[in-house]
Amino acid sequence: MKICVLVKEVPDAAVEKRLNNSTGRMDRSGEKNLNPYDTHAIEAAMQIREGGVAPVEEIVAVTMGPESAVRALHKAVSLGADRSVHLSDEAVAGSDVAATGYALAQTLRRESPDLVLLGQQSDDGECYTIGAVVAEHLGMPSLTQVIKMDVETGALRCERQAEYGYDTVQVSLPAVISVGDAINEPRYPSLKAIMGAKKKPLETVGAADVEIDTSKVGGENSAARWIAAKAPPAKAAGEIIEDEDTAETVEKIVAWLDERKLI
Amino acid sequence: MTNILVYALHYEGAINKNSLGAVSEGAKLAAELGGEAHAILVGEGVPQDLAASLGNYGASKVLVAEGPEGLAQPVVDAMGAAISGGDYKYALFGGGLLGFEIGAGLAARLGAGVAMEVTAVRAEGGELIAERPILGDSAISEISYRSEVGIVIGRLNAFEIKETGAGAAAVEQLSFELSPHASQAKMITRGEQRGADVDIEGADILVAGGRGLGKAEGFQLCEELAGAFGNNAAVAATRAVVDAGWYPYAAQIGQTGKTVSPKLYLAAGISGAIQHKVGMQSSENIVAINKDSNAPIFEFSDLGIVGDLNKILPKLTEAVKAKKG
Ligand SMILES: Cc1cc2nc3c(=O)[nH]c(=O)nc-3n(C[C@H](O)[C@H](O)[C@H](O)COP(=O)(O)OP(=O)(O)OC[C@H]3O[C@@H](n4cnc5c(N)ncnc54)[C@H](O)[C@@H]3O)c2cc1C
Ligand SMILES: Nc1ncnc2c1ncn2[C@@H]1O[C@H](COP(=O)(O)O)[C@@H](O)[C@H]1O
Repeated sequence: MKICVLVKEVPDAAVEKRLNNSTGRMDRSGEKNLNPYDTHAIEAAMQIREGGVAPVEEIVAVTMGPESAVRALHKAVSLGADRSVHLSDEAVAGSDVAATGYALAQTLRRESPDLVLLGQQSDDGECYTIGAVVAEHLGMPSLTQVIKMDVETGALRCERQAEYGYDTVQVSLPAVISVGDAINEPRYPSLKAIMGAKKKPLETVGAADVEIDTSKVGGENSAARWIAAKAPPAKAAGEIIEDEDTAETVEKIVAWLDERKLI
Repeated sequence: MTNILVYALHYEGAINKNSLGAVSEGAKLAAELGGEAHAILVGEGVPQDLAASLGNYGASKVLVAEGPEGLAQPVVDAMGAAISGGDYKYALFGGGLLGFEIGAGLAARLGAGVAMEVTAVRAEGGELIAERPILGDSAISEISYRSEVGIVIGRLNAFEIKETGAGAAAVEQLSFELSPHASQAKMITRGEQRGADVDIEGADILVAGGRGLGKAEGFQLCEELAGAFGNNAAVAATRAVVDAGWYPYAAQIGQTGKTVSPKLYLAAGISGAIQHKVGMQSSENIVAINKDSNAPIFEFSDLGIVGDLNKILPKLTEAVKAKKG
């Protein structure tokens, strides 16, 4: 079985996320890191490999993004991927969800994976949906938010929470699965793996290499058009208590609740 | 014509509340665009009167398609067929998980633009403009569509349910072909309720716990505090801890759980992710205890306590007990 894991470089959690008000795109200056949700997808791939039910020949990390995104690939490799593919092309910059999913699907097509894994969301885009777009383009069955995945012959038995409780769904391979963050506890990379990550094969491809129709990608060609940004309605800031002396803090909470007749 | 096709999710004989909101919103927007709102239901033997009842929320026509329930891709096929055979300019979804998957799949199928987590939509110059909060709700971006069809996926509870009193809608059977990949996923069990069947919806006070409780046993702290408040209080939870098996699903608040608006929502060890917020933000009073002063929950709480819940909750329980005498 060959598994491709989609990973993304996102601003570090500690960096305040801001919008560039003239382009509508995110201000991407500052520290970046591998999207934390994607580490669960890599871990899920590793657990399938280690589970031994179906032999895994290869785990390939795939990303689309600017030059700096190679660092996310290195991180993915240090966590267990065998090699990586980087789609990097000015033509895809600024793509919306639908265009990004199309471009990623084209990149994946060349790899003919048996399983494509994604994280539940990107920390910056928060669309939750790239998996569904990729699956439609590849003509594969798909599920998002999967928190348990058992390998069966030619299929996966998946569990996830949907709007009415937990569903168990059997999905034939090849398939596209976005995993929820409750699926596993990602391991930490070993120092050796971190040091060795840059030596693993990394292939950089352009739009033409993966036969992307460039009239369908990029900010200008994306079907969803960003027109403006505005601030959310102002909400009166809540009161904040820093807990220094807990007895005093609790007194304040009780007084606050009492004032509002909540006790 | 500028008709809007609205997906209506149904389960065990009832239409999902968020879908009713979406149908109401679709009807309002279609009227502004000078078109009609049609709804679509996909399922196994969908009752005719259930479909027709969507007329009460403003759908002038309801398409019913026979297909597997609870999975997104068959609905993409059905909606794709409806849109290619009809006169639709927009597809609209209420909040929820399936709507996200269907909307995204449909965008790929049709080469359409899609906006998700939409909190408001307006008609302007014959087009729809969707408002989508981004970056943890710190900004709202406005999205329009370049494609022939535009797809709008609402945020949970974003669209208000409005009964128009228009009566039953015309119901039409829609036939469509299941694409090969749509038949490669099979529902084994649906809607399993994990854990005890607790009732939290009637409670005036909810003490909610999240991952910050550290372990399943941590919920005892919440239960003791709820106990101190008395009979009108109950314990609620986030998806993170329900998925981890620490607390029953019936107590979960949020996008794939319950929506509540108690007099007091006291959140302990909860970060305040959007999918949790959408289920509790209309609570009358929100109190949050979190050790991280940057936790998003402080952005929408009325009283925020930056501190360790393990220190605060036991003392708070004692103090509430003492106060009640
Ligand atoms: C499609 C989809 C649907 C979803 N549906 C839901 C849903 O219905 N409901 C839901 O809740 N979530 C839902 N989620 C998940 C949601 O995005 C969050 O992951 C989840 O709400 C986080 O739960 P949490 O706050 O318990 O955990 P975390 O985000 O991990 O937060 C734990 C918090 O505890 C604090 N903490 C830790 N230790 C202490 C301590 N000792 N004292 C005080 N504070 C402490 C930390 O600072 C942190 O802020 C959904 C996600 C997706 C993508
Ligand atoms: N540019 C990208 N390159 C590779 N994978 C991506 C990219 N954007 C999103 N993904 C994947 O899609 C998942 C969901 O992202 P999103 O739909 O943006 O919330 C992420 O966890 C990644 O696995």
